[in-house]
Amino acid sequence: MTSATLYGLMGAGLVGLGLYGLVVYPHALRKILAFNVLGGGVFLLFGVIARRGASSGLGGDPVPQALVITGIVVAFSATALAVALVVRLVEETGMAALPSDDPPAERAPRTEP
Amino acid sequence: MTPPLALDAGLAVLVLAVAASTIAARGTFASVIGFVTYGLLLALAWVRLSAVDVALTEAAIGGGVTGVLLLTASARLRRAEKSPAPAEHPGLVLRVTAAILSTLVAAGLAAVVLMPASPVPTLAPAAMANLPATGLGNPVAAVLLAYRAWDTLLEKVVLLLALLGVWSLAPDLLWGGRPGPRHLVRQESPLTLLAQFLPPVGIVVSIYLVWNGATAPGGAFPGGTILAAMWILVMQAGLADAPAVGSRTLRIVLVAGAALFLAVGLAGFVVADAFLAYPAGYAKPLIVAIEIPLTLSIAATLGLLVAGPPARAPEA
Repeated sequence: MTSATLYGLMGAGLVGLGLYGLVVYPHALRKILAFNVLGGGVFLLFGVIARRGASSGLGGDPVPQALVITGIVVAFSATALAVALVVRLVEETGMAALPSDDPPAERAPRTEP
Repeated sequence: MTPPLALDAGLAVLVLAVAASTIAARGTFASVIGFVTYGLLLALAWVRLSAVDVALTEAAIGGGVTGVLLLTASARLRRAEKSPAPAEHPGLVLRVTAAILSTLVAAGLAAVVLMPASPVPTLAPAAMANLPATGLGNPVAAVLLAYRAWDTLLEKVVLLLALLGVWSLAPDLLWGGRPGPRHLVRQESPLTLLAQFLPPVGIVVSIYLVWNGATAPGGAFPGGTILAAMWILVMQAGLADAPAVGSRTLRIVLVAGAALFLAVGLAGFVVADAFLAYPAGYAKPLIVAIEIPLTLSIAATLGLLVAGPPARAPEA
């Protein structure tokens, strides 16, 4: 096993962990964190592809590496926007989670807008 | 197992454990701390994958600036949240289903990793063959600012759009005002000391990264992020107030990078023969000329993204 394969498996594991956190935890900030963990895993898979494409005296293929740099910055700007939305949501409603679409029967019925 | 591979295996286990604790931590604060650790460890993994440029960006953005953003947000949420823990916890069925599906996705990706394509697709020879034409020595910088300059230009626009989105969350009354609360200076605080000593060092590091980015790992993004981190530190310590978002100077700094990039791109139609094409022999000076305002714009945008929407009414 090469270290690239090892980090590839780690990336796959991170995607799984992030996906689970994104689905299961209702708190919006937790969802943002989980999504970033997932994103880190996807970037790492790119890095593994870059590492395997090493040739011409380079340690890795520079094209996917540059794409990941662009990706990290875009992911940060999306995170900043999402965090601002959550802070505003909490200031408006006092809750950092969206109500589920079909609440169980014992809950109060949703008020129509 | 060779010693380097054992190191990699240890790092991989550590990153997965930290990621799991980020996902499953009890409070959001612990979760954010986990995430910062995750970002820094991930940067080490990038070094091991021979991607030092990515490692610098990941450490500065993933570990640094995102950490400040999330810590500030989690502190604000704790104050504002009426019900600290959301009442509805997902049921066992949902959790088990989510776990099975996530495992399947991870297993699918792992299978792809274990069955690499052959021959391995790579653009490294093409990137190296055209490197002399750009005058640069760092192939990643060549991809970012020459071969795929289009991506970098649009990325800069995405940053500005995100900032517009954040600003637009302000109530009408506060539009054009300063973001966030005014932080008070506490003379005895270690934060004040840090905010006085660290910025000169950070500014030098940032200039070095940008200047050296043409030939070695570095460039406008890591450089700009470190500059932004220094600015955020000074703002958080209260040594400088955040600028009013209506300020004309600030607006000019924000758009300068993208505007100059676009102008050079359009000039490419006339002096070279395509959009974002550099005339032969002038590629490197033009790239360095674009990178300097780009770094300042990136630093200003990142700093303001962390500062958040305007929260104080503009002084009339």
